[in-house]
Amino acid sequence: MDIAIKDGKIVKKVNESNAKIIDASGLTVMAGGVDIHSHIAGSEVNLGRMIRPDDHVKDVVKKTALTRSGTGYSIPSTYVTGYRYSKMGYTTVMNPSMAAMKAKHAHEELNDIPLIDKASFTLLGDWWFALENIAKGDLEECARLIAWMIRGTRSYAIKIVNPGGLESWGFGRNVHSLDDEVPNFCLTPRDIITGMAKVNTMLNMPHTIHLHTNNLGVPGNYKTTIDTMRALESVYQGDKPIGHITHIQFSSFAGDSWAHFKSGAEEIANYLNAHNHMTVDIGQVTFADTTTMTADGPFEFALYELGGHNKWVNSDVETEASGGIIPFHFKKKNAVNAIQWSIGLELSLMIKDPWKWFMTTDHPNGGPFFHYPRVFAWLYSRKAREATLKKCNKKAQKKSLLPTLDREYTLYELAIVTRAGTAKALGLKNKGHLGVGAEADVSIYNINPETTDIAQTYKPVRKAFGNAAYTIKDGEIVVKDAEIVATPPGRTMWLDVQTKEPCRIDEEMKRKFKEYWTIEFDNYPVTDHYIKVPEKITIKASV
Amino acid sequence: MTKIIKSVVCPICGCLCDDLEVTVENNEIIKMKNGCAVCEAKMVHGYKSEERILEPHIRKDGKLVPVSMDEAINKAAQILTDSKYPLLFGWTSSASETQHVGVELAEELGSALDNCCSVCHGPSVMATQEIGIPTATLGQIRHRADLIVYWACNPWSSHPRHVERYTAFTDGRFEKSEFKDYVQKLKAKASQKKVAATIRRTQVRYQPSRPQSATVEAPPQTLAKAGRKMIVFDVMKTMTAEVADYFVKVEPNRDYEIFGAMRCLVNDQELDVDSVGGIPVDYLKEIADVMVNAEFGAIFFGLGLTQSIGRFRNVELAIALTRDLNRKTKFVVSPMRGHFNVTGANTVFAWQTGYPFALDFSQGYPQYNPGEFTAIDLLRREDNDATLVISADPGAHFPKSALQNMMKYPLITINPDWNAISRLGDVVFPTQWCGIEQAGTAYRMDSVAISLKKVVEAPKGVPTDEEILRRILEKVRTIKAQKTTKENKEPQKEEAPKKRRLKPQEENVKAEGD
Repeated sequence: MDIAIKDGKIVKKVNESNAKIIDASGLTVMAGGVDIHSHIAGSEVNLGRMIRPDDHVKDVVKKTALTRSGTGYSIPSTYVTGYRYSKMGYTTVMNPSMAAMKAKHAHEELNDIPLIDKASFTLLGDWWFALENIAKGDLEECARLIAWMIRGTRSYAIKIVNPGGLESWGFGRNVHSLDDEVPNFCLTPRDIITGMAKVNTMLNMPHTIHLHTNNLGVPGNYKTTIDTMRALESVYQGDKPIGHITHIQFSSFAGDSWAHFKSGAEEIANYLNAHNHMTVDIGQVTFADTTTMTADGPFEFALYELGGHNKWVNSDVETEASGGIIPFHFKKKNAVNAIQWSIGLELSLMIKDPWKWFMTTDHPNGGPFFHYPRVFAWLYSRKAREATLKKCNKKAQKKSLLPTLDREYTLYELAIVTRAGTAKALGLKNKGHLGVGAEADVSIYNINPETTDIAQTYKPVRKAFGNAAYTIKDGEIVVKDAEIVATPPGRTMWLDVQTKEPCRIDEEMKRKFKEYWTIEFDNYPVTDHYIKVPEKITIKASV
Repeated sequence: MTKIIKSVVCPICGCLCDDLEVTVENNEIIKMKNGCAVCEAKMVHGYKSEERILEPHIRKDGKLVPVSMDEAINKAAQILTDSKYPLLFGWTSSASETQHVGVELAEELGSALDNCCSVCHGPSVMATQEIGIPTATLGQIRHRADLIVYWACNPWSSHPRHVERYTAFTDGRFEKSEFKDYVQKLKAKASQKKVAATIRRTQVRYQPSRPQSATVEAPPQTLAKAGRKMIVFDVMKTMTAEVADYFVKVEPNRDYEIFGAMRCLVNDQELDVDSVGGIPVDYLKEIADVMVNAEFGAIFFGLGLTQSIGRFRNVELAIALTRDLNRKTKFVVSPMRGHFNVTGANTVFAWQTGYPFALDFSQGYPQYNPGEFTAIDLLRREDNDATLVISADPGAHFPKSALQNMMKYPLITINPDWNAISRLGDVVFPTQWCGIEQAGTAYRMDSVAISLKKVVEAPKGVPTDEEILRRILEKVRTIKAQKTTKENKEPQKEEAPKKRRLKPQEENVKAEGD
């Protein structure tokens, strides 16, 4: 079968006499990878970079005639991020956590990440304007405000992190269940989640709400996760999913304490297998010396309180969000870490439909993104899983369900959880597939699907996934034999959500704005100046 | 023609107040509303200075003579490519767009790259790298903080609107302004003084004033009140201390000990001494209790910590104290960054290279080592053999030994006016005032990006620093490409005419260099 590319799109046919021909026979061809959740840019990410010179010094990248220099490891510098994604055959990455107030910073950084298309999700779950309107029951006004915010921050989706918890963290507190009251706002996390899901539907957003659950990282939290999914059942209209729970591995803990820590993967997987209104991504642990970072400030503080950490960053953002960073080394010999690794894989293997879950490491939280090939190997090869499990903590080995799971992913299924499924969940119609009309983002790996038993020879296959034979971005060859050969900038996608009537920006609103933020209304939104190569997507909302 | 421009951002200090209202008449700022005195000094008067550089200059026979922009660019690029190891320093009063080009230039040259952070809050950055930092944007403090501690800094003079916009004298959602209380206190104090003076003059016989035994006043009872409170720790009674509810006079260079003692007290430990750093332990105990009882506390610290004995260890303990307090209540800590875009310099350098300052590209990849690649240390060891200074004035602030070494080698400067370093330069570029004549992005002290506005047109022929750097970068690349082709193609005869055509130009440049 031939794939024809013209003007950056996949077409039916091209004139072969003057076309450049790539012979991909005996190789694996996939659409360019689409990452649904990876912290690659923004204030939080950069603060993480800044506090970890110890992390950079062990992974340095030299300048070449074509590429810029930089450093890794767990949070690579911007240029290196682009190069490394491209070398793995990834062409689109979602930056899932952007505080609205710091959106300009995020976009400035995204401009410096070449070779991939990207988009950001704005943190809106604890935004005062949204909370007040949800508490009032005025979801339509809430939707209009959110449309304004999505446009004003040049973002792509609604991100909700520990709803209610971030606001409580303003005074050093947290919420611990869906029905705890958020102090000073007369509403509960349940109200926020269901309200936001309804708003998301009203706005006809291409992606669902992107949700980081309450109680993340707390033993026994799988119950909260299931409660969250149950709460969303009422909003489901039966057609497409209405919620996405991100890095669900961190929200699938059972047991009542760290000493009795165990996996809640089975309960979560069973629920997902029986329901169709949710999608999830995993946040797989890869055993790396990494840097955890999240907008969930109270969680990072709890992690710090567990002890053994030398650095703790907390960064609250007024009226909107918070944030936290802790360098963290996931170790095979640590029982909890090893069980976490196991939970991620148990979920991946027990959720039957690959269109419902997606592969991420929640970069850099579970491990840096360039560890993806290792995760692939654990998915497609039982042998690879066993080899790693053998090196894990004995107690964790006993608790792990992995020995009972025979499933081995095929290349097709792998393509779904890394491209096709993510593109579908994100509503990116022209990505994640190689059909006519799709963007010509193609990755070619040096794996012969006909002659190779990928499960048995997992090591060379794993290497091939990390070193693409070709990566093609918008019809241009950018990687050849794992070497960068061109560095186009990549686009920044953002939504122009058009509501029937725009939200009222009157003097009253401006006064409120002045009260809530320390930036003037006129200076708040992101302007076109901040996006080097924009791709505006216009959405007609139903309010 | 008069126009009023609203929401203008002030390009002076790390506060980046963005509510200025500027009146422009005939391309000149004639009036400014909302800004502080420092802002007015620069935005209404300073930028029009007669000391403005209006055209590029090159030093010829010891004298600076005006030249064309092309000549200056060529000369600067030649200096930088001839140099084995240049240093690019400054950046903190430039927009982040300019800083962005700066990193690219440093990488291309394999040079050292440092910003003014190394002489101000560099130690704060290093402390953050040691133990992290619990911090917040300024609005969070405005809305919630009921205890504000200024430690070793004097915002009333250095960041004049900090107290009014972000901390004690501003209305937040959960905490209200203490300004009225402050005015009342002032009035009360004034009448107290009057009464005391009257009593002294009429009732009491004249007595010579005696030195007081205790240098630190006891904590006032008002420290236990609900609502906002402000405590100032400093070595002298500054204007900020006058405003505060409680001023604690610290013995110079004793901050480290005091932080240590405070940590003990916050963590319910006993101290075996009567006083620490000149402050009675009983007083410290009371302060610790006030901190623990606060709903939301914020510590701001200044150069008094980073540039006194202990340096980054002082800051580390300030952060550690904040961390301990977070176990009992909510506390944040934040450095009072000086120049309006010094935070931006750290930010931009970090996202491109991983490191915030003290950078080196000599190995082809970024390296970081404060003490090795920081400007003053580099200069004092005479490691670099050319310097480019942009939007900073080390001429006025660096130690003599560093400047003497800097002057031994060619110096390129990019500054809007004839400051000390511009006068010393070998190639002197004019440039626009960032935030007045040039738009761009700056990062507030809490690393929130804000767009600077262009309010008036720059004088004719004066380019932005970004443009100058881009042109230098381009020229450096051409010279390097020429060098490599020359080396590669020397034996080939066909290239001879090309070489000859290049020669005179090169000679020109050399002659100017002498």
